[in-house]
Amino acid sequence: MAAGVASGMSPGKPKRGGLAEFKRAFTGIRRGETIAGYLFLAPNFIGFIIFLLFPICFAFYIMLTDWSLSKQPEFIGLKNFETMVNDRLFWKSLGNSFYYTFVAVPTGIFIAFWLALALNRKMRGIIFFRTVYFLPQITLTVAAATVWRWIYQPEIGMINHLLEMIGIDGPKWIHDTKWAMPSVIIMSNWQGIGFAMLILLAGLQGIPEEYYEAASIDGASGWQRMRYVTLPMLSPAIFFVIVTSLISAFQAFDQFFILTQGGPAHATTPLTLYIFQNAFSFFKMGYGAALAAVVFIIILVITIVQWRLARRWVIGFDEDDN
Amino acid sequence: MASWQKTKDNFLGQKQTNLLMDLLVYVVLAIVGIIFIMPFAWMVANSFKDIRGIYQYPPTFIPEVWQFGNYSEAWTMTHFDLGFLNSAFVAAAVVLGQLFTASLAGYAFARLRFPGRDKIFLLYISLMMVPFTVLLIPLYVQMRWFGWISTLQAVIVPFLFTPWGTFMMRQFMVTIPRELEDAARIDGCGFFRTYWLIILPLTKPALATLAIFTFVNTWNSFLWPLIVLGKPKVKTLPLLLASFQNQSGMRTPWHLIMAAATFIVIPVLIAFIVGQKYYVRGIVTSGIKGGG
Repeated sequence: MAAGVASGMSPGKPKRGGLAEFKRAFTGIRRGETIAGYLFLAPNFIGFIIFLLFPICFAFYIMLTDWSLSKQPEFIGLKNFETMVNDRLFWKSLGNSFYYTFVAVPTGIFIAFWLALALNRKMRGIIFFRTVYFLPQITLTVAAATVWRWIYQPEIGMINHLLEMIGIDGPKWIHDTKWAMPSVIIMSNWQGIGFAMLILLAGLQGIPEEYYEAASIDGASGWQRMRYVTLPMLSPAIFFVIVTSLISAFQAFDQFFILTQGGPAHATTPLTLYIFQNAFSFFKMGYGAALAAVVFIIILVITIVQWRLARRWVIGFDEDDN
Repeated sequence: MASWQKTKDNFLGQKQTNLLMDLLVYVVLAIVGIIFIMPFAWMVANSFKDIRGIYQYPPTFIPEVWQFGNYSEAWTMTHFDLGFLNSAFVAAAVVLGQLFTASLAGYAFARLRFPGRDKIFLLYISLMMVPFTVLLIPLYVQMRWFGWISTLQAVIVPFLFTPWGTFMMRQFMVTIPRELEDAARIDGCGFFRTYWLIILPLTKPALATLAIFTFVNTWNSFLWPLIVLGKPKVKTLPLLLASFQNQSGMRTPWHLIMAAATFIVIPVLIAFIVGQKYYVRGIVTSGIKGGG
């Protein structure tokens, strides 16, 4: 699906001729169209330059400075990155980001996959279930996390009460260094599964029924049909869900901020929260920007690795790609 | 009835309907459904309890004492009226602004020929991938330069322009048959009138998708407002909810917090239920997440 988007965006061959082409566009019969084109684009493009292109370039400068905002930025080259290497909390938060991302995303997609399979059956009332599973997704994370913070309370929370009813002495959840991260992951998956489920469901619905019929005629068992029809046909959707989920998981912030505030003992401080603290609590703009660059690089690498790997297992990846 | 008889069954690729299997799936779906609904139900149920009911052990699901005043108390304690206005104003401004700039630029990219168009479009697409985390700090510094800290401009103006929305508009408008426009042009319509009278009405589904997405995202937005909106006067609802739970004294007033959470969630639920069709289509075609 991502590859489909990529193919849709190919804007055609770049035209040669630069200035001459430019002149012709403004003098000939197409003059009106050229002017209209620039005018239509102008409001968007001006905003794009001021609020996207410029900040991105500016970020490259800030990360090379020592800057507390109260005085002028001091250019210090790559020193922020040197600091980072020796910063224990940086490595801790980097580890937390990886822990969160690489546990939350696979478990979430695994559950979403089975839910999508179940929802793909033609049964009465299925749309009702689809809506229910999707509701947490549109609920604002701040409100959802607030409710979960209360559900997780060790003494008066709902979960430990339910566990007690079946004779289990529940952990301290968000107040326990070991359980805090799993607590955030459970809450995030509760909230985020609807998205993956919906994409996978759309993928399932796009598989032509004839494929299953043909497989049945060839005597394929239920498991074989899953292995040789469903999974390969669904691979573009799975790929897409993996890439987008990894990218957004690496940038998760709201649930950490509300549920645990990064604690206890930094057990749930991901990179995004660490950037926030550095930049907006300690006003270390330069160091914060350098940390943000790390997030950017990791997301870039994850994306590139995924696209490379995709050639091996995503059906039709190469054809869609160009 | 006909569609019911033609029951297709993709689960493990089985062909004929298996009643027992259906039943099993229903049971699983219902259990999972209860897990998904539970936090909402817990939130609403607790929003009606009194403080004793909140700290009572073992907790009961249905409040023993119904305290409807929680809502008005939470509302005044957190100055939600102002927060509501701020949130609504910001969401409306961002939605309208994005629809306007994205559809105009989308039309330019889809239909009008001018030098540099494709290069600019490529630039848009590549910058779409930049994570917002990278923009936080430079954009914050910029807001200070503009003197926009603790003003609503800071959460509106930078978000009036959307590469993703522009991309979506362009992709949709490319599929509109050219003949419709040509007819209008022959009748003497200028480019703007063609865009306004012919293209925009045909783009309604894409506009609706963008509007709902942008509304949900703006309404739910937390990190950026947290950074730039310091003064209570300009705070949006998610900020108020977050600060409300931190100013607690001895006992956290969970019943009031739950009441506050309930009425923040409601507008989004309504938007979702009204526009579910467009929202779902938007996710499936573009894969951009709304909400959290």
